[in-house]
Amino acid sequence: MTVFILRRLAQTLLVLFVTSALVFGGIFLVGDPVEMLVNPAADQEEKLRAAAALGLDRPVLEQYAIFIKGTLSGDLGRSFVFGRPALEVILERMPATLELAFLAMLMSVGLGIPLGMYAGLYPDKKTSKAIMAASILGFSLPTFWVGLLLIMVFAVQLGWLPSTGRGPSEYVFGLSISILSIEGLKYAFLPALNLALFKLSLIIRLTRAQVREQALLDYIRFARAKGLPRSRVIGVHLLKNILIPLVTVIGLELGSVIAFAIVTESIFAWPGMGKLVIDSIFQLDRPVVVAYLLVVVFMFIMINLVVDILYSALDPRVRIAEAK
Amino acid sequence: MTRLSRFRAALFVSSVLAAAAPAALSQELSIGLSTPITSLDPHFHNLSPNNSLADHIFGQLVRMDENQNLRPGLAESWKAVDETTWEFKLRKGVKWHDGSDFTAEDVIATLKRVPNVPNSPASFAIYTRSVKEAIAVDALTLRMKTERPHPLLPNDLVAVRIIPKKVAETAKTEDFNSGKAMIGTGPYKFAEYVAGDRVVLVANDKYWGPQPAFAKVRYKMITNSAARVAALLAGDVQMIEAVPTADIAQLKKDARVSLASVVSNRIIYLHMDSAREKNSPFITDKAGKPLEANPFRDARVRKAVSKLIDRDAIVSHIMEGQAQPAGQLLPEHFFGTSKRLKADKYDPDGAKKLLAEAGYPEGFGITLHTPNNRYINDEKVAQAVAQFLTRGGIPTKVESMPSGVFFSRGSKLEFSFLLAGWGAETGETSSPLRSLLATFNPQQGMGAANRGRFSDAGLDAVLQTALTTIDDTKRGMMLAAASEKAIGELMGLVPLHYEVSTWATRKGIAYKARADQYTYAFEVRQSK
Repeated sequence: MTVFILRRLAQTLLVLFVTSALVFGGIFLVGDPVEMLVNPAADQEEKLRAAAALGLDRPVLEQYAIFIKGTLSGDLGRSFVFGRPALEVILERMPATLELAFLAMLMSVGLGIPLGMYAGLYPDKKTSKAIMAASILGFSLPTFWVGLLLIMVFAVQLGWLPSTGRGPSEYVFGLSISILSIEGLKYAFLPALNLALFKLSLIIRLTRAQVREQALLDYIRFARAKGLPRSRVIGVHLLKNILIPLVTVIGLELGSVIAFAIVTESIFAWPGMGKLVIDSIFQLDRPVVVAYLLVVVFMFIMINLVVDILYSALDPRVRIAEAK
Repeated sequence: MTRLSRFRAALFVSSVLAAAAPAALSQELSIGLSTPITSLDPHFHNLSPNNSLADHIFGQLVRMDENQNLRPGLAESWKAVDETTWEFKLRKGVKWHDGSDFTAEDVIATLKRVPNVPNSPASFAIYTRSVKEAIAVDALTLRMKTERPHPLLPNDLVAVRIIPKKVAETAKTEDFNSGKAMIGTGPYKFAEYVAGDRVVLVANDKYWGPQPAFAKVRYKMITNSAARVAALLAGDVQMIEAVPTADIAQLKKDARVSLASVVSNRIIYLHMDSAREKNSPFITDKAGKPLEANPFRDARVRKAVSKLIDRDAIVSHIMEGQAQPAGQLLPEHFFGTSKRLKADKYDPDGAKKLLAEAGYPEGFGITLHTPNNRYINDEKVAQAVAQFLTRGGIPTKVESMPSGVFFSRGSKLEFSFLLAGWGAETGETSSPLRSLLATFNPQQGMGAANRGRFSDAGLDAVLQTALTTIDDTKRGMMLAAASEKAIGELMGLVPLHYEVSTWATRKGIAYKARADQYTYAFEVRQSK
């Protein structure tokens, strides 16, 4: 187990290194940040000054070498636009994204598994058919459209919830969190719902398929024949077995909800990392983009590691194998 | 409670809330901004939203009214004492937010800080570079010496936000972002900043000018334009800037909303490679084979391009009326424009004649490059231009790209024909003339955005004289003459239209739309 984790961490370093090189080179090819940053009225002298101030006057390989050297000592560079350490700029926005992702996953798992199980256990009921039809809508409608629709209905027409922005936040263990108050939840509800819809539909469908498949297997019949109460058959034996593929998917989806909430964040003006990174890409704020992707890649790898470990906990047959 | 009565109760509650809303308005104003504020340091990043915010907290010696005419700010008056000396009389009795007195020493310290802000991606040094020396004659009189005669010094100083001496000498950019160094003389005081989310300001009751109408202002950054409109309709904000053209017709009909529009200082234009004698990268013959000669070197071809475009159609169909056809670099009411230059009328026959005279009776092929996220409807406008030109015998392809790519490639002269825009932040014609049409010359800072490398010695000479002529009347005439030469005679670039900027407010609130596109909370008034 320890060896497994260590090997994973070594692989992580390699992946991070390759990512940094790709993103660095990619942005270099896209364009010259100085053109985007200086005021249009700037003359050539000011452009040269800006390039020198941001270290962009050096050859790209030298810039990369400086970046790698900084990274090894924990300094991912300074944002061109904000003039602050890139990592600091990103971490400052992280709690907003994380709380949204948390709410969205809570909604999709909390609703998705029960609804999916219901639809799987009673496939012929009208309610089940309605659940399945709704789930098709859930993952076929584009996020930005649903987002705007939610705003138009719940904020503009009904006026129940605020249209955009993040509610008042408070500091918990040094993180600014907004979803601990009712007021904050009101702001977070629509964006979280928008973010959750796709995952929710996915989990419903996956759960239903699993339930349908597993319900026919021998161990379920045997458990029933043994005379176990129905609640125990479903709640313990069935649930535990359908969870294995679900955990993988939920893990991956959690990653994507955190890293790619860009559309939802910009429609709801939610001040998270997604909104930051999209602005940074447009402004060619390379340090922020590179740092963001490194953080995201690192997060994905960690989530996968946790998923693998959970897997073996859920299914004793799966042993984390030492690669031969 | 039955379902119906619950519904009624909800209706009742919401109507009570609606009735309570206007009363709260006079206290607090929320504004939806279209572009995020990146820094609170007024000398760090020269970006419209940063500058607009800074003007609430800090003051400048010289300000601009909504039409970009110069108005007294922290300086009550100014005059050129001789060709290279300007004297500013500072306003008496102005207090900093911390209660201390504003003096000439603060201005001098500010001028020292502006060019020396570390890591600045877009500094304000361009506005203070001409000042060789600033001397305080007394506490409220200031003299600035310039290297050469510099008539635009007052215009430049509009971009220089004055901070207290003790802040200027010690504060770092971080100290502004944390709020510690946010001490100004402006109508609002700083209260809160959450990066990428909001800025909150409170009225400064010691302000030397008229008191702002709202005690508290909350700027929310809502970059998505549909969401911004929705926030206004939902009443979460009472005012938004940069109303998308597609929503204007709908909002006009909405009784809850008022609109305020003005022709801005931004022109959208076509730049042509008029420098390379041959093998301009995207010019082909009609069959699509590379053309050796460069037709754009001939002014007649450039004029033909202008005549082939139906500007009225673009304005009404693509810009939904939110633009004005352009015949020069700035709308006529700005300083230094020509009264004689009018937007070219759609005239395909005249264009055909010009093309034939220039030796291209059969036309030629071209690719028009355009950004697709920079100006209002930029890519659609480019598509329309391409259709007009294709119809007129110049088959035109459009290639669009994000502005990050576009400007880098454009500045490396990788295009033959491009669409771009220019906002004249000085509010007069020398700004576009020197950046877009003067001969490219890094030493003199001329032609920095001249991506077509247009060059005319006669124009350069007129412009040089104008830029060192202190007398406003004479300079205005010279700039008008320069415009007539650059556009009317040589068509160094093809003007398309001036963008119209629009703000939307909830009924009961009025805003005087500004040509510089700034959103000033202290100019928002309650109306009936």
